[in-house]
Amino acid sequence: MTQANDQMYEEAMQIKVLYFASLKELFGRSEEQLSVEGVSTVDDVWKLVSKGYDVSHQVLYSINQEYAHADALVKAGDEVAFFPPVTGG
Amino acid sequence: MVKITGIAFDPWEELSSFQTAMKREGEYGACANFVGTMRDMNEGDAVNGMFLEHYPGMTEKHLEKIVQAAKEQWEILETLVIHRVGELLPNDPIVLVAVWSAHRKDAFEASRFIMEDLKSKAPFWKKESLESTGQTAEKNRWVQKNTSGY
Repeated sequence: MTQANDQMYEEAMQIKVLYFASLKELFGRSEEQLSVEGVSTVDDVWKLVSKGYDVSHQVLYSINQEYAHADALVKAGDEVAFFPPVTGG
Repeated sequence: MVKITGIAFDPWEELSSFQTAMKREGEYGACANFVGTMRDMNEGDAVNGMFLEHYPGMTEKHLEKIVQAAKEQWEILETLVIHRVGELLPNDPIVLVAVWSAHRKDAFEASRFIMEDLKSKAPFWKKESLESTGQTAEKNRWVQKNTSGY
């Protein structure tokens, strides 16, 4: 890989983002493929996608179907999900 | 065994057929089970129905993880976890958790552990359809938070 390619890879990465329950309704979509730049943690992704929305409840994060802390790192190809507190059972 | 189902299930039927199929007669001395059923009232409002959403893939994985954690903590012979998703009506069973063990301590404690972890961490979300009274503006609402079972 050339240096130019490396740089491009660092600038923009492809990730899949999923939304559930009330967040899905608020954003009007359940999933999207995003090309994100300047993003390193899952919280960076959240700030990007939730910009301009008023989310009043707690939001939980997952990366590749495992719960993730706000500072967990996201890499190209990851499946990131955002959802409200769970209410099953 | 962990199962997510989009269609109504009979927990007693499931318990009975699973117990027969697992073929461990003589080994287990205890089976503790919990069945969660949909009510027709919540927070003072009459509820007509409910939609249960989940995260296909993560939900199953998380339930398997809970069961595995229980097996590491208690002496368990078999477990059965069934959770309903989709459109539900009052009185529909929502969840079944059953644990078989040699002695009751393991079955009681492990089933409680699985159920509480499921309620607080497994990715499921409930949306209630409220009966229209003319006073309530919203007809559907997401359940905000599960209460603690302890």
